[in-house]
Amino acid sequence: MLTNARTTEDVALGIRRRVFEHTIRNNGGYLSQACSAAEQLAWLYNEELKLGAPTLPMIPRPFAGVPSASNSDYHTGAGYNGPAAPEFDRLFIAPAHYALVAYATLIEVGRMAPEGLEMFNQDGSSVEMIGAEHSPGMEVHNGTLGIGLSTGAGLAWGRKRRAEPGRTWVFMSDGEVQEGQTWEAVQAAVHHGIDNLLAIMDVNDQQCDGAMSSVMEVGDIAAKFRCFGAACAEIDGHDLTAMRDAVREPHEGRPLIILARTSPFHAMSALQERFPRLHYVRFKSEEERARMNLSIAAELGVDPIDDRH
Amino acid sequence: MVEMVNRPYARAFEAYAAGNPDILCLSADLTSSCEVDGFRDRHPDQFLSMGMAEQNMMSFAGGLALAGFRPFIHTFGVFMYRRPYDQLMASVAYPRRKVRLMGFLPGITTPGGMTHQAIEDIAVMRSIPNMSILETGDATEVESICEAADSIDGPVWCRILRGSVPRLFDTPIRVGEMRVLSEGSDILVVTSGITTEEALRARVALSRAGLSIRHLHLHTIKPFDAAQLLDHIGSVRHGVVTLENHVTEGGIGSLVAETMADAGVGKRLIRLGLKDTYAHGGSRPYLMRYYDLDALALVRGIEGLVGQDFGIAEEHLDAARVEDVHSLVKAEAL
Repeated sequence: MLTNARTTEDVALGIRRRVFEHTIRNNGGYLSQACSAAEQLAWLYNEELKLGAPTLPMIPRPFAGVPSASNSDYHTGAGYNGPAAPEFDRLFIAPAHYALVAYATLIEVGRMAPEGLEMFNQDGSSVEMIGAEHSPGMEVHNGTLGIGLSTGAGLAWGRKRRAEPGRTWVFMSDGEVQEGQTWEAVQAAVHHGIDNLLAIMDVNDQQCDGAMSSVMEVGDIAAKFRCFGAACAEIDGHDLTAMRDAVREPHEGRPLIILARTSPFHAMSALQERFPRLHYVRFKSEEERARMNLSIAAELGVDPIDDRH
Repeated sequence: MVEMVNRPYARAFEAYAAGNPDILCLSADLTSSCEVDGFRDRHPDQFLSMGMAEQNMMSFAGGLALAGFRPFIHTFGVFMYRRPYDQLMASVAYPRRKVRLMGFLPGITTPGGMTHQAIEDIAVMRSIPNMSILETGDATEVESICEAADSIDGPVWCRILRGSVPRLFDTPIRVGEMRVLSEGSDILVVTSGITTEEALRARVALSRAGLSIRHLHLHTIKPFDAAQLLDHIGSVRHGVVTLENHVTEGGIGSLVAETMADAGVGKRLIRLGLKDTYAHGGSRPYLMRYYDLDALALVRGIEGLVGQDFGIAEEHLDAARVEDVHSLVKAEAL
């Protein structure tokens, strides 16, 4: 098991810095997802998940084909999370649009080389924009939102049947509760007593079209999960102490879902002016990019990114 | 008189799956309708009730397969691909999970009408990379479908017959092969599923009319042995007639057409099946007559191909079996 000497706060800051740098350099990126989810992913990888050492090279290999009967060398990107051994945890990134943040996390915890992020969304690369199952840290396709928890439930049921001590974790996004499948998944996980299934959901109230309340109001998610029979903890998603407490919530015989309430411009206040369109931040002008560069760099404690190349 | 076998799937699945801890039986509230209620009662450890929630069931099955299990999903075919198509793609087909999709009520084998009749499933499955497709046409094939499906390294779509099923064959399904039921030299007839029995009903009448029929029955639709089909096409004078319990687009008619076109075969092809139409609810013989899926429709197709009227009428064909809509071998009339 890897131990990381860095604090989780430091890892979260590093994630935001990397995603920020990437976004400025590429004039766009999933920046607000780093604002909201950095603590959750940092906490999972730096503290909570029990993972083995990576089994894939630090610098990701190029795309090597999709699964087919003739592609015998095919493998997923799960090896960046270590081997799928019984004692280790598994993690699905259910909203694959968070891939940029997830890749930055892998780098911060020493599971992928920084060069990996340079391959992001480059033709022929496995480090895809929407995390594919062959992308670093991914094990299944989750680009179609709402399927992650179901897959996690199935895997967790199977692992429980095989008496594997490892847990199955799903990182989720709140937009997914608009999908009926999420509720089918919770229903099934409760019915079958799948308590080795845990989820942490980035409740940032954001989706592609804007604020969730304007797109499709979802009401009290925690109450809904509890009504469906799941154990549910609701915390400030930027409060690591609260996160550490939440996972201790008893949930024997049922899954635990941690709702991490977050801000989509946490630690990058300048993004607030882009509200409510935060799903993918592309700068509207050189002036805006320069201004955001200065402002966010100062807030993250780094020099402005030199993007003249 | 053809032997009728009651609920062959029920016995076959239990015989194959019971005691194999890696095989799981999943059902979406159609357990008795898919003849696995006895298995559920006798082997509860291998049974997972998934409720009426097919989208979750599909991704959940993908997760089970990721954990090394081989889930056999039981529900009506329509419910297994129309609503959860996205999940079928992302959670099962793409990652080549060993999920066995046991689709009941193929085509017009149900009076349940449009919502219950899987009429375009083969077209859909043929176009999905990594998917294999098997179809049962008699009791022996139903009895051997579990082992055949479970031999496939990846996901497999199976069209299953239930209730009272005729026994036409005495050898099990061998994946990738095709059955040669007669070796005539005038016309090649290609059938699968329940249309094979229809073609057999017309056999005597066609023979009396002086026609030499070469008849192939397909239980394996994907993967498909194109070379073998081309050999058979090369062995007949006039051309090919296909008859399927499915729309004529994307099913075995299309499969034969594509094979012929790819090889530059210049013979005629008549494709019989549902002609760009939904079906409605009714008994199987009624629907097969109404939509031209029966023995008489095949005769008319052959007459059209050779441009000759052989004077064959319904009374010249072997009797159609009339199944009771309400029967003890079915959980409900559907």
